[in-house]
Amino acid sequence: MTMKKSYGLIAAFDSTPALFRACEQVRDAGYTRWDATTPFHVHGLDAAMGMRRSKVPRFSLAGGVAGFITGMSMIWFVDAFDYPLIVGGKPYFSPMFAFPVSYELTILFTAFATIGGMFLLNKLPMHYHPLMKAPQFVRAMDDRFYVVIEAADPKFHAAQTRALLAQAGGQDIAELEE
Amino acid sequence: MSSHIEPAGHPLLAEVNPVAIPRQELVHHGRDFHWITEKVCGIVEAKTPVWWWWCFGVAAFVASFTVAGLIYLVGTGVGVWGHANPVNWAWDIVNFVFWIGIGHAGTLISAILCLLRQKWRTSINRASEAMTIFAVVCAGIFPVFHVGRVWMAWYLFPIPNANYIWQNFRSPLEWDVFAVSTYGTVSVLFWYVGLLPDLGTMRDRFTAAGNLLKARLYGFFAMGWRGSNRHWANYEMAYLILAGVATPLVLSVHTIVSFDFAVSLIPGWHTTIFPPYFVAGAIFSGFGMVMTLMLPLRAIYRLEDLITQYHIDCMCKITLATGTMVGYAYAMEFFIAWYGANPYEGFAFINRAFGHYAWAYWIMITCNVITPQFFWSRRVRENTTLVWILSIFVNVGMWFERFVIIVTSLARDFLPSSWGYYSPSIVEIFTFFGTFGVFSVLFLLFIRFVPIMPMSEVKAVIPQADPHGTGH
Repeated sequence: MTMKKSYGLIAAFDSTPALFRACEQVRDAGYTRWDATTPFHVHGLDAAMGMRRSKVPRFSLAGGVAGFITGMSMIWFVDAFDYPLIVGGKPYFSPMFAFPVSYELTILFTAFATIGGMFLLNKLPMHYHPLMKAPQFVRAMDDRFYVVIEAADPKFHAAQTRALLAQAGGQDIAELEE
Repeated sequence: MSSHIEPAGHPLLAEVNPVAIPRQELVHHGRDFHWITEKVCGIVEAKTPVWWWWCFGVAAFVASFTVAGLIYLVGTGVGVWGHANPVNWAWDIVNFVFWIGIGHAGTLISAILCLLRQKWRTSINRASEAMTIFAVVCAGIFPVFHVGRVWMAWYLFPIPNANYIWQNFRSPLEWDVFAVSTYGTVSVLFWYVGLLPDLGTMRDRFTAAGNLLKARLYGFFAMGWRGSNRHWANYEMAYLILAGVATPLVLSVHTIVSFDFAVSLIPGWHTTIFPPYFVAGAIFSGFGMVMTLMLPLRAIYRLEDLITQYHIDCMCKITLATGTMVGYAYAMEFFIAWYGANPYEGFAFINRAFGHYAWAYWIMITCNVITPQFFWSRRVRENTTLVWILSIFVNVGMWFERFVIIVTSLARDFLPSSWGYYSPSIVEIFTFFGTFGVFSVLFLLFIRFVPIMPMSEVKAVIPQADPHGTGH
């Protein structure tokens, strides 16, 4: 019988305060490749896990700048460069009348960049994950909270990590298969 | 704040404490996480109720009027509508502005109230955003078909074409093309991002129940969401930024819609009050529609624990506030028409109130200025049936507002020789009537297949969600 490769250890928690304290302990124990799974975003858990601020805003800024430049340059190109046409004696190009469309395109591009950035940073779509075939997972998006420590973590040690999770109040500690 | 202020000598001040007002409960009866999941998912998982089929049948029948109206229009020509000089913008633009305005409440709830940290938005957020999207769909029908030769509607977008013609970006109508299409797109994106975690929940429940087809389907759209906190951090940031850009977007959309009128020189249109007045009116009408939709939904699905009296109070108060702003704008328009001493402007407003279309003007005033004032009374707000009836009046009133603005100004412009009177043709009436069916069909499909409340957001606002155990 061949034993499948272990992905890591999973521990369940019944309440947000229990999860919060456990995450602080795992963080303080120096683990890096681990995660918490929650049915909703638990306020303040990012700090308890020692996570840094999200990088999504960089994508948003890039998208917004690109959108604004696209709007202005497109309007300049079509109305002042490619086919200049006098309408109502107004100038071929002015940032004033080009503004509303550029403004809308700024928002449009920002929205796409924000969502694209979020998917990229989260490595989604990812329709398979070791966690998903665990029987516990059905409650992960419902009412239970989990901490998963990966076997790939340099500090991972089957017995010691299990002890840490148990001591942090974790229940139903189990091994996840790759 | 108060800790930095030294008491100004009087000993009594040291004893003054701010009043601790208890926070309103957003979910009644101490419901827990699992109850919320069961309640919201149960609606989608249950067998299709009989009333749903009846409603769907009626809605589809009503929607066929739009289809028939449009087929006749395309087959014959835009002359089948009642438009004639000088009233070349009529029901089509009225209906466009009406529907697009309705959408605005959804974005207000999902974006502006998110930035303002109004947690009561969570339980009505998803359905209101769906309403926004479907309202934009209905709105889009009218200008697209009003161009006459609808197969050339793509000329609205700067796509290179054989005639070597580009769009005139000095025109507010072209701004509107970008505003409305951006609005529709961003609304869909925002709605979809909000759906991700709930689609994940649905996927896992269908997997556990052994329904692999639905598990695949919901799983496909859930994109493999697994509730990871490292994902949540990016997700929350993305959601916040989307709320941050949707806020100026929604304000700009109705501002630009109002530019369609305000940038022209027609008396009654050429006023600077239009942008804020249109935005307030849009939110007013949208909240009317939110209540028209949510109150029956709450009764049918017994959602009283999730959409509480507090939620209804909040919606009524926003309706009251925006309705009062609209009333103020009506008064201010009249004042400026007199104070501006422009005879054409003055005439336009006297004509609105006492001319051929006075009946429409007074319907508008009754529905938009008087109706919301009932919401001052708590007893009215606690009578759900009455709130629902009043919300219908708001919808009617806001349709008439657009009718009054558009038609009265055009029917009586500068030259008396070109004055006219506009009445809609039966084709226009059918087409507009049918859009309520289009909207209802889409909304019924939504409540059948999509969790009608963002479970992950509702769970996050109940006391158990607080990791420090203090309750909020």
